[in-house]
Amino acid sequence: MRNMPPPFSVRARLKRSDFCIDVNFDGYPGLTALFGPSGSGKTTILQMIAGTQRPDSGLITVGGRTLTDTDARIFVPSHKRRVGFVFQDAQLFPHLTVGQNIGFGRWFTPAEGSTPQQDLVTGVLGIDGLLKRRPATLSGGEKQRVALARALLASPRILLMDEPLSGLDDARRNEIMTLIERVRDEFSIPIVYVTHTRDEVRRLATHVVQLTDGRIEATMDAPDLPDA
Amino acid sequence: MLGFSADEWTAILLSLRVASVATIVALPFAIFAAYALARWKFPGKVLIDSILHLPLVMPPVVTGYLLLLTFGKQGAAGKFFYDVFGISFSFRWTGAALACGIMGFPLMLRAIRLSFEAIDRRLETAAGTLGASPAWRFLLVTLPLALPGIIVGVILCFAKALGEFGATITFVSNIPGETQMISTAIYSYTEIPGGEEKALRLAIVSIVIATLALVASEILNRRIQRRIATFE
Repeated sequence: MRNMPPPFSVRARLKRSDFCIDVNFDGYPGLTALFGPSGSGKTTILQMIAGTQRPDSGLITVGGRTLTDTDARIFVPSHKRRVGFVFQDAQLFPHLTVGQNIGFGRWFTPAEGSTPQQDLVTGVLGIDGLLKRRPATLSGGEKQRVALARALLASPRILLMDEPLSGLDDARRNEIMTLIERVRDEFSIPIVYVTHTRDEVRRLATHVVQLTDGRIEATMDAPDLPDA
Repeated sequence: MLGFSADEWTAILLSLRVASVATIVALPFAIFAAYALARWKFPGKVLIDSILHLPLVMPPVVTGYLLLLTFGKQGAAGKFFYDVFGISFSFRWTGAALACGIMGFPLMLRAIRLSFEAIDRRLETAAGTLGASPAWRFLLVTLPLALPGIIVGVILCFAKALGEFGATITFVSNIPGETQMISTAIYSYTEIPGGEEKALRLAIVSIVIATLALVASEILNRRIQRRIATFE
């Protein structure tokens, strides 16, 4: 495994008046957690992978494809990157049904061999019964499940998750974590998962990138993450 | 029909035609201007914003007079439209539609701009990560979410166009069968002996049309709000 090229790699530098990010890391198959306190730059790194934020300088590749290369003046716009993004607060389209929401990405990126089947995804995520509903009628946990399905069905090369559990109570968190484990194990898509919660890293991550103030403090396999 | 005389019917139908054409033609411009003012940064934005809102605060007679100068037979714009498109505005119903469209434009612009500004832009970002290009994001996310404001804007512009008086009468006068609309017809009837009854009837017609337009917009708006229901 370790001899294969990494499924993604990020080298990025971004300076703003109030913070500075300077990171360089390779991803591993499975789930890579970006772990650190708020303000450590986790979400910004995710946005740079997604192409909704430009680094001042850097090189970002996913699955061997260069998405950002400031030296070569390459910047693939976000809609051509094939990233699946699961937002903190789901960001479902309120004017569309659940079915239309999860079909949104497929409309732009036709299904291909590696794309998970819609039936399989809705089955795994337990949202078969919700397809005709409107997002406003869903609970927080249901919304996150739909958001996960929507991202998966857009045939992503990488799945980016930005604290997807932060708005949920403990029972729902547990439920969604089980689903994320299944997604991690059943669909072979590398996942980058942003969190500041240690038990999420313990349970979900295969690899951890620990961040402080926009810099990498340590990288390790998930079981090696020390207690507090 | 319905006890209206032929010239009353002419004025009513002409009013509806002028107001509809004015609103439909102004709509794409209003959507574009509203989007530009809500989203883009460009030099002279405040100035353009003010100019677009001028018809709202200027005396309508002044707007009508400026239209006469620019879109009249001798005006530069008037000549251009006649030479290139064969459209003449002076003393024609098309001129009435132009005057009404310009008078209703700021109202439509304001309503649509507010709804663009209220949209959570992260939804557009989400659509982008799902593969939608900027144009598709606008068509599939931004525009549908702005629909309530667009409907309000359309109704306001239509109602304004129906009631327009000052700019229209200055620009295209008050010619029965060509430019005489409900409001200018009411004005004429109040000027002639025995015209009070006709004036009153047309006044009631304009109230009914305005009420129907408001009710229709309210029903549509509720239906959309129920569908969108961004509030929990």
